[in-house]
Order: sequence, then C-alpha cells, then structure tokens
Amino acid sequence: MSLDLARSGDLMMALLPELVLTGWGLVLLLVVAVYHRTARDLRLAGWLTLVALASTGVAVWWLWWNSARPAGLATMIAVDDFRFVTDWLFLGTAGLTVLVSFAYLERERLLAPEYYVLLLFATLGMMLLGGGEDLMVVFLGLELMSVCVYALAGINRHSPSAAEAALKYFLLGSFASAFLLYGIALAYGATGSTNLTLIGVQVRTLGLAHSTMLLLGLGLLVVGFGFKVAAVPFHMWVPDVYDGSPTPITGYMAAGVKAAAFAALLRVLVEAFGGVTAWHQIAWWLAAVTMLVGNLIALAQRTLKRMLAYSSVAHAGYLLVAVTTGSALGSAAVVFYLVAYILTTLAAFALLAAKGRNGERDVTIDDLAGLGQRRPAVAFALAVCMVSLLGIPGTAGFIGKWYILIAATQAGEGLLAALLVIATVISAGYYLPVIMAMYMKAEPSERAHEDLRLGRLSGAVVAAAVLGLLVLGVQPGRLLELARVSGASIRPAGVVPNTPPATLSTKGS
Amino acid sequence: MYQHWVLTALLTWPVAGALLVLLVPPRWAKHLALAVAGLEFAISVPMWWTFVPQAGMQFRFDAAWLPAWGIHYSVGVDGISLFLVLLTTFLVPLTVLGSYVHITTRERGFYALLLVLTSGMIGVFVALDLFLFYVMWEVMLIPMYFIIGVWGGAGRLYAAIKFFIYTMLGSLLMLVAIITLVFLVGRRTGNYSFSYEQLMAGLGDLGPVGYWLFGAFFLAFAIKVPVFPFHTWLPDAHTEAPTAGSVILAGILLKMGTYGFLRFAFPFFPAVAQHPAIQMTIVALALVGIIYGGLVAMVQPDFKRLIAYSSVAHLGFVMLGIWALTLQSVQGALLVMINHGISTGALFFLVGMIYERRHSRLIEAYGGIARVVPLFAAILTVVSLSSIGLPGTNGFVGEFLVLLGAFQTHPVAATVATSGVIVAAAYLLWALQRLIYNPLDKPENEKLLDLTPRELAVLLPLLACIVWLGVYPKPFLERMEPAAQHFVDSVKR
Repeated sequence: MSLDLARSGDLMMALLPELVLTGWGLVLLLVVAVYHRTARDLRLAGWLTLVALASTGVAVWWLWWNSARPAGLATMIAVDDFRFVTDWLFLGTAGLTVLVSFAYLERERLLAPEYYVLLLFATLGMMLLGGGEDLMVVFLGLELMSVCVYALAGINRHSPSAAEAALKYFLLGSFASAFLLYGIALAYGATGSTNLTLIGVQVRTLGLAHSTMLLLGLGLLVVGFGFKVAAVPFHMWVPDVYDGSPTPITGYMAAGVKAAAFAALLRVLVEAFGGVTAWHQIAWWLAAVTMLVGNLIALAQRTLKRMLAYSSVAHAGYLLVAVTTGSALGSAAVVFYLVAYILTTLAAFALLAAKGRNGERDVTIDDLAGLGQRRPAVAFALAVCMVSLLGIPGTAGFIGKWYILIAATQAGEGLLAALLVIATVISAGYYLPVIMAMYMKAEPSERAHEDLRLGRLSGAVVAAAVLGLLVLGVQPGRLLELARVSGASIRPAGVVPNTPPATLSTKGS
Repeated sequence: MYQHWVLTALLTWPVAGALLVLLVPPRWAKHLALAVAGLEFAISVPMWWTFVPQAGMQFRFDAAWLPAWGIHYSVGVDGISLFLVLLTTFLVPLTVLGSYVHITTRERGFYALLLVLTSGMIGVFVALDLFLFYVMWEVMLIPMYFIIGVWGGAGRLYAAIKFFIYTMLGSLLMLVAIITLVFLVGRRTGNYSFSYEQLMAGLGDLGPVGYWLFGAFFLAFAIKVPVFPFHTWLPDAHTEAPTAGSVILAGILLKMGTYGFLRFAFPFFPAVAQHPAIQMTIVALALVGIIYGGLVAMVQPDFKRLIAYSSVAHLGFVMLGIWALTLQSVQGALLVMINHGISTGALFFLVGMIYERRHSRLIEAYGGIARVVPLFAAILTVVSLSSIGLPGTNGFVGEFLVLLGAFQTHPVAATVATSGVIVAAAYLLWALQRLIYNPLDKPENEKLLDLTPRELAVLLPLLACIVWLGVYPKPFLERMEPAAQHFVDSVKR
C-alpha cells in the first residue's frame, strides 16, 4: 500500500493508529468524567484502556500487514517497519503496565481514573515521538509524553516523595525540552528544514557536515534525548524520580519512555544526521561513560528500587553502543534489546510492587532473604529477570547483548564491545546479590514475606514476561528477523532504498 | 543410529531428568537423580567401543538453529573430547550417590541443578559451533553458582560470587573475540558462520589482531584452568562447595579450560601460541603453578584447601604438556586431565566423608585415625599415592608422559616440573601422616565409624580406574593418539 502523504486522506490513513488512540483517549476522558468515584469505575477505565491499546495495536498491524509505504518523501510521520514495530513496543508496554496497575491502584487507594487517561496520552506521545519524521512532530510527541508522565509520577498526591519526584522530573524535563527545542532551531537554521529526510539531503548536498551551527544543534539535540534516555551525565534525575513514583509508573518510565526516546534518537541521528560523522564520537563517549558509571553507582545501592533505577541507566549505555554504530544492524539490535529489556523491567517492577506493601521504596535487597523457599514462583521469576538483565545465555537478555556486540563488532567498535562486557561483569556485582538474598540467605522471620501479594493479573503479566524471556532466549529467530527488517527500514537520507540486507552473509559489504 | 543421536541424548536427558526430579516428592529426589545419572552413563558407555580413533570428529549431528546468523546446533566428539564426556557421565552418578547424606535441605533443587550442570558440561565438550559452545559455557555457571552458594560451607556467598564474576569476565571477553573472529573470517571468505570447522578452514593469517583475540581466549580458559595468577577463585570455590560441587569443579570444570586451549585457542591461533615470548610465558606460568601450587598446598591447615591447591599444580602439568607440543606430552596432558578428575575427585569424596562424621576439615583435628577407620585410611592412602604419581597408579602414567614429551622441547622446564612431583609427595604424604598416622590423641576421633557400603560404592569405581589406568593405559592412549597427533601436526605446520 503506497500512501501519498501530501494528500490528507492518505495522511489520515498513515496516522490511523494515532487517530484510533486519540479517539479512545477522548472517549475515556468522557467516561471518567462521569464515573470516577469507586474502585469499580477505576476498573472500568482500566479495561477500556486495554481495549483502546488493543484496537490501536490492530490498526498498526493493519498498516504493517498491507506493507504501507510512503509514495515519495515521508512528511510529518514515518511509514516504515521501524515505526510499526516500535509502536507495538509502546502499546505492549502500556498494556502490561495497565494490567499491573489494577491491583496496585486499589491497594494504594489511588482511586484516580485519570491515571489511565494519562497513560493513554503518554503512549500516544510515544508513538508520535518514535514515528515522527519531522523534528516538530518529534518535539510534540516528546512533550505530550513527558507532560503526561510528569503527572503520573506525582499521581499519588498524599506522598511527599511522589511530589518531589514529579517536581524534579518536571523541572529537569523542561530543561531537556528546552535543549531539544534549541537544537531543533539551530538545525533548522543550518538546513532550512525540520523534516528529517530533508535535513539529511541538505547536509549532503550543501556539505554541512562541519557547519558549526548544525553541530551545535546536533549537540543540543543529543543532550535533550540524553535526558530522556537517562544517559550519564544527564541521569541525575533518575534515582529520585524512579524512587518516588508509583512502582508501575516507574516500570513504565524505565521501559516505555526509554524505548520511545531511543526510537526517536535513532531515527533523528540516522536519517537526519547520517552524513555528519561527529555524532558517532559523541555517542561513543556517552555510551562508554553511561555503561561504566551506571553500573558502578548501581553497585552501591541497597534498596531494590534504586538499584533497578541505576541499572536502567546502565542499560541505556548498552543501547547507546548499538546507536553508536549507526548501522542497520545497530538499529535492529536496539529493537531486539528493547523487547528483552522492556519485558524484564516490567516484570521486575511488577514483582517489586507486589513485595513493597508498605512503601516499596524501602525494600532493600536483604529484605528478599529467604524468598526462594517461601515463595518459589515469585523468587524464580525475579531470578530470571536478574539473569536476563545480566545477559546469561538462555534468556532474551543474552541474545540482546549478543546482537549489540555483533553490531558493534561489525562497525569496528571492538573497544566499545570490550567495555560493554566489562560493564556487564560489574553488573553481576549487583544482580547476583538479589539472587543470593532470595536463595542463599535465611529468612529473617517466618512472617517476613507475608505481605507479598501478587495479584492475578500482575501474576499473569510476570508469568508471560518470564516465559517470553526464556523462549526468546532459546528461539529468538522470528523476533531477530522482525528486528532486522525494521532496523533496516530507517536509513540515511539519500541512500537508495535497496533491498533489505540479508543477515550476516551480506553485512560485511 | 546410535552414532547419530547419542550426543543429543546425553545433552537433553539430564535436563529432562532435572524436570522429573523437581516434580517428585523430595524424599525420592536423590534416588531418581541417581537413576537419571546412571542411565546417562549407560547411554554414554557404548561410545567407548563404537569410537573409531582414526575417524576424527564423529557422532556428528547438525541441525539449523539460527541459520540466518550462521548458527547451528552442531555436536561431535574426537579423541580429545571423548574422554572428557565419559569422565563427566562417569563422575556424575558418583557425585549423586556421594551426596545422599551430605545434602539434607532442598534436595530436589540440588539434584535438578546437578543434572542441568551435567548437560552444560557435556555441551561444552561436544559443541562444534562457537555460539553453542559459548552458550553452554555460560549456562553452566548458574547451576554451579547455586550449588556453591546454597549448599556450601560458611564462606559460600563470597566464594560463589567470586567464582561467578571471575569466570564471567573471561568468558564475555571471549564472546567478543568469537564475534570478531566470525567477522574477520566472514569478510575474507564471504561465509559468516560460527561453525568450528568452517572457521578453522577460513582462518588464514590474522596478523596483529590475532594477538588480541588469542588474549581474550587465553583469559577465559586460563581463569577456568586456572593458570597462575588467575587461580585465586579456585581455593575459595573448592573449599566452600559441597562435596559434589568440589568433585565436579575439580573433576570436570577445570578441564574445560585446558580443553578450550586444545580445541580453540591453540588451533585458532597457532602462530600466536607458538610465538617464542608467549610460549615462554605460558610454560613459565605452568611451572609457577606446579611449584607454587604445591608449596602453598603444603602449608594449608585445611585438608580440602590443600587438595584445591594441589589442583593448581596438576593443571600446571596439563598446561606444560599442551605447550610442549609433542605427541607424548599432549597425550600425557590428556591423561593427566582424566587422572586428575579421578584422583582429586576421590580425594574430595574422602574429605567429604570424614567431614560428615567429624565436621572438621582441619588436618590437626585428626591424627592416628587409621586405627579407627582402617578402610578409610587405606583408600585415602591409595588415592593420595595416585595423586602424587606413584608408578602403578594412573597419576604416574600421565605425568611421566608429560615430562617425557616436554623434555624433548623444553628440557629445563621439564626438569623444574619434575621437582613438582617431589613437592606433591611432600605435601600429601605429610598430610597423610598427620591425618591417619601419628598417635590417636583426640578423644573425639576414637568413635569414628568406618566407610559404609554406600561410600564404598562411590569410591570403588574410582579405585578401579586408578588401577586400570595405572597398569594398562593402552586402551586410552590408542584412542587419543590420532587426535593428539592431529593436534600437534595441525598447529605445528
């Protein structure tokens, strides 16, 4: 299906998933305006949200199934496999978050159905951010997503730490948006366009690779995205915000927001700045510093939530390694790694939410002592998450790391690959103690894990995620293929869309 | 038919067995695990006869796993790996039987992990695809980590994490090297594949990058062996692990390192491995391991730690044998690998048995117990003598061949290594004297019980092997000779 994006009918078609989600968002707003008092209303809103996400997923699938492609230049919104696949990621993340939230919201007495509305609009923002073909759309998506997530972080109005988290996130996030906007302005100033492909073409035809204005704009853009993906040194907000937010939202931030920001970063860097070599250097250093610093600080954490927060910083570093390569293989590696990372992160935070009945902020790693005997299923799930984050074969986390290493090696980044594995070894120092506490330390008291309640839905989410991690660890073939095709669909401007490269055999060229 | 599926059966059956073990009531777990491990051994035994020494790689099986990435499930054994596979299947039932009394908590988990570990170990020895090899190499870490960390001694947490992190550091760098190698070969031949044989065929001269890659492989294997100075994880892990863990660690896991050198590091980078400076360094490290391991073993107050350090010394002989690069020395290295698995395994069993009675591993806690437990003392003496390398026991044949072979190419090193045999005699005989001879002066020791039939059932097969290999090693030597010859020829060209 070829869509001429200059015609509004075709543009609407290209925007079908976003339109469906917006429609549902408006419906949901109306519903919660009327029903917002009881726990039942809350559940209604939750199920509606799931329906909304599912129908949007179907819309994405429809475009993908008909292999929608732009006729000529893609304006405003990209129509390629990368967008479809990342859209699924965002929708899936949101859906799993909703499932985990049911029990959590009722337990924490957060009877605010707006929660789901905000979640829907944040997801819409992600889809625009990841699919934006124009810097203005990217910015709009980023703001839509960020504003909703700021509010979600502070949705628990009775918690001072949530208020702190929301305010901190908002202030630092505003800075990031300002950086991004200024970067867009400078890029526009240098090239006269905000369309990613046109910027790329201008850079090539006008030879702007060393233009100071463009480089400055590029730098500011990277800073803006660096905040959102939580790369060192722009990670300062992460621990407090992750720590103070409601745990399902923390999972949503760590998984969804990061995924969306990475999708946008990849698209902007590859499509618009493919001709500018400077960003490889910047990304190289960002990746190296993020991996090492994130892991080293995580090593010093005592509470599980802060440890996971810093571990998410470290994983941003691994993903940046794949971004640094700038190749189709690197983009594919990002997609695959994101799937593994999202599944693991959501499951880990769902388990944490179940454990931390009286404030999950205070769950230390040692509090998990004896969980392996008291609650074997829960402990097993958390252990699989840790092992997958660590990247041990048999789990999706390993295939993800392996893919990133392949991409880095292919691009000749041997040193960065070595740094990645050294950082991974450091990470064993904080993932293993979790397993150690659960299986190798005695329970402090018989009632230590009495308060652990994993609801039926959260349990299903965790079980599905763990199963997914294990299956993808052994049979990753189909997802690898999907990641490869989608990764190949974003390419520098001016490069003729050739046939999607085959796998290893033709990559060397 | 058997040729075709035996390795796959050996790989999958323990995992299936582990699932079964998890499902039955806890009190049946050990019996079921013994049955599973026994059947595993039974499956593997016919390989001894059906193996054709001259045929190179055999029992091959190849299936696409991730074909788009050049990754296959590809397995096979030759004269190098055959014995390691058999050693694994032979030792595992014994460790299960040896754990009957020792392991009293969470039995299902223990035996399930032991069986999963078995699959991992077999996988390492039979994998002919570097991706599969790496997966097996790492997968094995998790069960071993749990076995040390959950069922180990007082310092188990520290020992477990140290073991894990050391091994992981080496192996992840190896992963980077593997991927780099695949790309280097792929760019040259146009065929991107993780297959061992295709990599070997397309390798050619790598130039300076070969040194880096060899370094990564070397680190991974040297940590596992362990070569001095990468050995510091070993005393902790061996000492803190439960008996079964120590036996598996010493008997099989350490051999993965030397196997890695024989199968991958040396054949992939023969020029680098034979670079005079590198060769000298590694031979020197092997000698340091032999002498230093022996001297440190001598002063250990803890008998289990003493055995752990003696492993460093024995594996030094293996390294020397590999790097001496003569037919005898390589055959000797292979034999030392097997012998060490048998003798040191038996020693660890014996320490475990006496520990279960007296709850002390300190040598000074005993003395004169030969009078109380004569059978134990007799077996300990025989096993110790085999570990020292007394003629007539298995230990002699291996070390003698290594020294004989090494003398042709590295006479000085061989001379120094010979003194290592004397050091071994010193530390083991001295320990024996303090353990089972000397006056019986501790009242706690007067009531010790001698070996039970179950314990004898664990030890007698090992004793039989000690004698068999010591008196008539020919069946072993003739099965490994073509493979050893091929190894020497192929790397020397």
